[in-house]
Amino acid sequence: MTISWISLTAILPLIGAILLSTLPKSAELRAKQFAFGITLLTAASAIAMAVQFQRDNTDLQFVEVHSWIPSFGINYAVGIDGIALVLILMSVILAPIVILAGWNEAQGGRWSVKTFYILILVLETMMIGVFSATDVFLFYVIFEAMLVPVYFLIGGYGTGARSAAAVKFLLYSLFGGLLMLASIIALYVMSGAQGGHTFDLAKLANLEMSSTTQNFLFLGFFIAFAIKAPLWPFHTWLPDAAASATPGTSVLLLGVLDKVGTFGMIRYCLTLFPEASKTFTPVIIVLAVISIIYGAILAIGQKDLKRLIAFTSISHFGFITMGIFAMTSQSQSGATLYMFNHGFSTAALFIVGGWMIARRGSSTIADFGGLQRVTPVMAWCFFLAGMSSLALPGLSSFVSEFLVLVGTYTRYPVAAIIATVGIILAALYILIPVQRALHGPTTPGNENLTDLNLREKLAIAPVLAAIIALGFYPSPLLNVINPAAVHVNSQLGFTDPVPTVEGK
Amino acid sequence: MVFNSPTLSYSLLSPILIILAGALIGVLIEAFVGKAVRPIAQLSVALGSLVLALIQVIRIRDFTSTAAAIGSVVIDGPGILFQGAILVIAIISIFLIADQDNFTSSPAALPGSDEERQAAQSGTVLTEIYPLTLFAVSGMLLFPIASDLITLFVALEVLSLPLYLMAGLSRHRRLASQEAALKYFLLGAFSSAFFLFGSAYLYGYAGTVSFAGIHAAVIGGTGNDVILLLGIAFVAIGLLFKVGAVPFHAWSPDVYQGSPTPITGFMAAATKVAAFGAMLRLFYTVLAEAQWQWRPFFMVIAIITMIFGSLVAISQRDVKRMLAYSSIAHAGFLLTGVIALNKAGLEASIYYLFAYGVATVGAFGIVTLVRDSSGEVSDLNRWAGLGKRSPWVASAFAFFLLAFAGIPLTSGFIGKFAIFSAAYESGATAVVIVGVLSSAIAAFFYIRVIVLMFFTDATEDGTSVVIPSILTRLTIFISLAITVALGVFPSPLLDFIKPLAIFIR
Repeated sequence: MTISWISLTAILPLIGAILLSTLPKSAELRAKQFAFGITLLTAASAIAMAVQFQRDNTDLQFVEVHSWIPSFGINYAVGIDGIALVLILMSVILAPIVILAGWNEAQGGRWSVKTFYILILVLETMMIGVFSATDVFLFYVIFEAMLVPVYFLIGGYGTGARSAAAVKFLLYSLFGGLLMLASIIALYVMSGAQGGHTFDLAKLANLEMSSTTQNFLFLGFFIAFAIKAPLWPFHTWLPDAAASATPGTSVLLLGVLDKVGTFGMIRYCLTLFPEASKTFTPVIIVLAVISIIYGAILAIGQKDLKRLIAFTSISHFGFITMGIFAMTSQSQSGATLYMFNHGFSTAALFIVGGWMIARRGSSTIADFGGLQRVTPVMAWCFFLAGMSSLALPGLSSFVSEFLVLVGTYTRYPVAAIIATVGIILAALYILIPVQRALHGPTTPGNENLTDLNLREKLAIAPVLAAIIALGFYPSPLLNVINPAAVHVNSQLGFTDPVPTVEGK
Repeated sequence: MVFNSPTLSYSLLSPILIILAGALIGVLIEAFVGKAVRPIAQLSVALGSLVLALIQVIRIRDFTSTAAAIGSVVIDGPGILFQGAILVIAIISIFLIADQDNFTSSPAALPGSDEERQAAQSGTVLTEIYPLTLFAVSGMLLFPIASDLITLFVALEVLSLPLYLMAGLSRHRRLASQEAALKYFLLGAFSSAFFLFGSAYLYGYAGTVSFAGIHAAVIGGTGNDVILLLGIAFVAIGLLFKVGAVPFHAWSPDVYQGSPTPITGFMAAATKVAAFGAMLRLFYTVLAEAQWQWRPFFMVIAIITMIFGSLVAISQRDVKRMLAYSSIAHAGFLLTGVIALNKAGLEASIYYLFAYGVATVGAFGIVTLVRDSSGEVSDLNRWAGLGKRSPWVASAFAFFLLAFAGIPLTSGFIGKFAIFSAAYESGATAVVIVGVLSSAIAAFFYIRVIVLMFFTDATEDGTSVVIPSILTRLTIFISLAITVALGVFPSPLLDFIKPLAIFIR
């Protein structure tokens, strides 16, 4: 019986959560410090795992399989490829940053500060689990169980109409999840007819099924992921949830949880239903392009900072989905890198935006103004985060957006060209709030805002550093992602179209 | 005339006999033992006989016999499993029933009369409830192992009659409780009549009431199919009434609401196991070959039951009524197990019944705790803010609700998965899709209660959670532990069920 690094890393936050629950309620500071320490430890463990990862090996690594419910052929089976590794790294790095950045955000909640951190730690365990599960049942269990801590994080610690937002989030996700469950049941039954009940992803990928069946099952999975991601027209829960959640929760929600949707599209939709994926590609590309444009236009119209960030994410998820379903290795590498970068740039936006909101006591963009003069460091951080969100060359998001567009263009030039409009709109939705909030005369009421303190600077520094460093030198990540993306594509039977050069 | 004395294999029948003996001792205690020691004596006898019966069930689990009682009962794996599940549920419930605060001290007194007041002041406690419970349990134990229609009918009446009485014993809101009892009795009698009518048709079709004989007639196929169809339909109506499937559900919200809450929990859980046990036996063995006659009918019933239960539950304002409609929806989910008509369906149904039954008793156990000065508070609006005042009680209730909703890592999820995959395997795709969608609808009203408890501020009206007695605490704790354990590590139970879940004819 071997325990792989994945399980070791994943169990750390859970143990932390259990230990944390023994602390008295009043020990708020200790709870924060402890949770922060645990997330740091988890991040260290995950980085140690990443160091051992063989990047040219396209097989799943750190594989671990234990029988869980043998009567149904269910295993506790984990293993990661480059795509999963990158997403796990993103999650575990964001977790301590979120805790440090939102040091006081649990104070206004319905329940104790301790409970907030227990929920965060439990969520972190599940985040690692959901990206590394190779048993479809295990994946589903975590996929659904994750909703519970997030639900309580939004409903218990958020602001405004938090409980309504939490319920909307939960019901949307549950509905999608149950559709996926129907598909999973069908897969399970078919596997029983073809050589024994199993949930093993690799075995399920080889099932024989008619194209009608495949199409229906694909839709079950895809709608669940499209709700999660979220893709237009399944997105309506996201702005409410993001506007109500605390900035830290929003980072985890948009930065990590929503990635489960796009990750699932690669890992499950493409792997299990290659034919159906090809059938539905045109529709999905159209939806993705609509998401890009629609999210961007609505972002421009937002008056509320948090909702604005939420709509920019819808636009970004459009790019990611388009990259995935363009089915070139470039676009898919780009999509995966995009997931990672989006995690960081959204984190930066939400974290700095959260500080601005907490200081001003309002999330309306019009209430800010002239922050550049009052709080220069905070203003610069927000500016940089914004630039990363609009994919300024030299920042990490540019690389991924470029890869997605280039990869898409070779197969779907029209879609790529329309999507490029999204870049122009991105400049608008970022520069307008930057101009209103940071520049111009100082709005009355803002004169006495304080600039970032040391803790806040320490929290945001690694995020901005990563954004800049990966903008200039993305190879460390791309080297890990590329083999996996090529592998996914080759399984689909796609080879990249060779660009034809005319007039040679 | 030669008269052969019947041969009975007492060891195989011993679980039922033990319970009946316990019930009779209970009646004697009621007559001869002094007031002071009566409650504790009754509880010990009831608990003792339930535990003994459970031990006996476990001991005889590998025996199979069709001749245990001259062909009237059949002892086989599924029968043993149903009996075991009923006994476990009864043991958990008996602690809740033992919390005497829920029962009226003088059931015969008119509500609001002087007699009632005197009885309440004298501190009399009602202990007839124990023998009644045991009589009901004995009927439930017999119900899923009966192998002819007459025994089945007798078992049905033995389990129902005590329940009709028990429904009317509530201490608070006695009129509602008596109304519930009467309603349950009248509609129950009605459905018994349907059942008997159907039995008569089946007898007319096969010339015998024994399951083996009817089965042979079905295979032979020489009888009149119209009569068979009528027989199946009427017998099925009798059974569907007991499980509360739409359109035979009308009694359940009122009875659930009016009955004393511990009885509601016990009845909801144990009756379902017994009734589905009998139904599974009847349709999996006797009528399996006549599936073209009954499966389409059951599919329709299952679909409307799931949809109706889930939709109507949304608009409920009373926690007990909400749980009643939820149990209707669950009856629909369980019917998909009957429709599956394969081994996986049988295993899944047994697992589901056990998991659901245990969670139900636990959930009703918590309902008994939320009170104000005039008794239990079942109005959902007054549950608002419970999470703030009593986080543990509210969390436990939330967990049971999540189990009902079938959220992963609870027993309900494994049950739902198992039962839906069995139904899908049998080709009942439409039923599975409706099942999945109504699960989504059902999730809505479970979550609404969670929102109410945790995210809504309390209104100051004196609703409070009483400190649970040790007995109630035991009930809730055991149910919670089983619900968690079955959600995370269902394997031991699944592996236990698997080799046993084979009906013999």
